[in-house]
Amino acid sequence: MERIPILQMGEFLLVTIQVDMHDRLALTLQDDLTAKIVAVSARGVLIDISSLEIVDSFIGRMLANIAAMSRILDAATVVVGMKPAVAITLVELGLSLTGVRTALNMEKGMELLRAARGTGIGYTAY
Amino acid sequence: MSKIPQLLRENEQTILADWIKEMTSGTRRSDLITEQEFKQQASRFLQLLQEAVQSGELTNINAAAFGQIRDFLANVSTSRARQGFTPTETASFVFSLKHPFGSQLRKSIQGNADELYSETETLNNLIDRLGLFTAETFIKSREEIIVRQQRDMLELSTPVVKLWEGILALPLIGTLDSARTQVVMETLLQRVVETGSVVAIIDITGVPTVDTLVAQHLIKTVTAARLMGADCIISGIRPQIAQTIVHLGVRLGDITTKATLADAFLVALERTGTSIKKGMAAPAPVFAHNSTL
Repeated sequence: MERIPILQMGEFLLVTIQVDMHDRLALTLQDDLTAKIVAVSARGVLIDISSLEIVDSFIGRMLANIAAMSRILDAATVVVGMKPAVAITLVELGLSLTGVRTALNMEKGMELLRAARGTGIGYTAY
Repeated sequence: MSKIPQLLRENEQTILADWIKEMTSGTRRSDLITEQEFKQQASRFLQLLQEAVQSGELTNINAAAFGQIRDFLANVSTSRARQGFTPTETASFVFSLKHPFGSQLRKSIQGNADELYSETETLNNLIDRLGLFTAETFIKSREEIIVRQQRDMLELSTPVVKLWEGILALPLIGTLDSARTQVVMETLLQRVVETGSVVAIIDITGVPTVDTLVAQHLIKTVTAARLMGADCIISGIRPQIAQTIVHLGVRLGDITTKATLADAFLVALERTGTSIKKGMAAPAPVFAHNSTL
């Protein structure tokens, strides 16, 4: 079965979504990711969606859910590399992903995670 | 059976000559159209009309037989709309055919008042419809011109300016409607990606009024930018607008707002980790400029 790989980098987890997400794949990712966060006691999750071209309301909600779950498990989540078209679609769908931190690219996302780690948990945009 | 098709076939040249004579004395705009082009249009129109009525169809100009003449009229009125004719002048091109045609009709049906009446009515109806069709296409093509200009204006009015490394500014001028918000959003997000910016300042000094709809459009734009990882600051909020926003009960949530672009720029610099110092001697021209902030 198709799976989205979850890579570990120190105390952070790296998820790069490079295929079009379908609903089952999203659910599998949610399972795998929460299990992995607990297994390695990760402190941060970075989800790269720069190759994601199409989102629907379900995938949008999944992203928000994953972020909420990670937060409960004490890991900050940053979504990076969202395409303009995807951002517009999500806004039009009424999904503003409140509570999910975002960054323009991987590098800025990592900075964010490190900053969050340094200052403890809490919303720091930069 | 109407006599119009036969009459038109036999007297096409006479009617054309009369028609051109009438239009030359009345409605022709010699400053907008050459005589030759105008005569060509008239003769072509009459020829197509002649061919169309041979089908026996005299009332329904949407019939297949009238396809060619409809296309021709559409072309004529579109080109006239561009050339600057008034709607009356364009419609008169068709309506002025009534008189020369009617006099031919009277000549050929002399003495029979009933027949003459019914034929005249048919003719009037047909020409009215063609005339109205012309007027309608004329207006439609004018509207197309307006829509195109609107689109051009839309693109012109949304510049995204890079203020500093990682800071974009979007000075909005004019009312924000849904279509414009879409363009604004797309251009802003595209520039955010291109420049790798982390802060975008939306300046609404030039937006005349902010109602609930405009506020919602602003919030949408800010949210979309946030999803991409860029934070937005809204600046240029005039006192009246601040009052309106509160009176309307619009919640701007956690969006940072500033009264002036200068204030917003300072906040943006702070967030990107840049600081500006007011020095005694201006070290570099760019800082001297900013020291007034």
